[in-house]
Amino acid sequence: MYFLTKEAIETDVLRAAVLRPEAGAVLVFEGTTRNHHDGRSVLRLEYEAYAGMAEMEMEKVGRQVADQWPEVRIAIAHRIGVVPVGEASVVIATSAPHRDAVYAANRFAIDALKEMVPIWKKEVYADGSVWKANTEVNGDGPA
Amino acid sequence: MRVTVHYFAVLREYSGQCEQSIEVADGLNVGALYRDLFPAYGALPVMFAVNQEYVDKAHTLKDGDEVAFIPPLGGG
Repeated sequence: MYFLTKEAIETDVLRAAVLRPEAGAVLVFEGTTRNHHDGRSVLRLEYEAYAGMAEMEMEKVGRQVADQWPEVRIAIAHRIGVVPVGEASVVIATSAPHRDAVYAANRFAIDALKEMVPIWKKEVYADGSVWKANTEVNGDGPA
Repeated sequence: MRVTVHYFAVLREYSGQCEQSIEVADGLNVGALYRDLFPAYGALPVMFAVNQEYVDKAHTLKDGDEVAFIPPLGGG
């Protein structure tokens, strides 16, 4: 399950998509919007995506996970449009027979998503806004 | 030949539109098209996509291609 949505992400839907009797571990990661950046107060985030390609790249992340951890089942959803502070912009659910794989695969998936899935984020402050790049994965400075 | 170009984030705001059909020279590569359209953003570390797949800047365009310039990503 890989999708973009303009609505609040229903975490239970992703959790249900990976649940199965073989799973002894289920991990649901939520990336939520912070209320501050570099000391500035963030009012909201606005996400936009290259629809079509973004879903395909999310599926590619899923295939990379399947190649590396065949026992893992994964689901990924990303919200677009306005995301108020404190709500999830991304949810990644992983399940596997044992916990090591769900943690490793989930961490891999969020890093790969930030690096490859064509989605952009604008931080809106009280006194302006800026397009924020995922500098932590581009390696050119702290996030 | 004609290609459709999609703009996102800072490039969308700069160009004032989401997408545009453009007449380009035969044999033009995607990196050269970017330089032609966004001379002010030459230092931006963009990636390129053609028909919704990432390509190298030297990728040669064909008639009818869907081109996207991918500014630094912010998903997650």
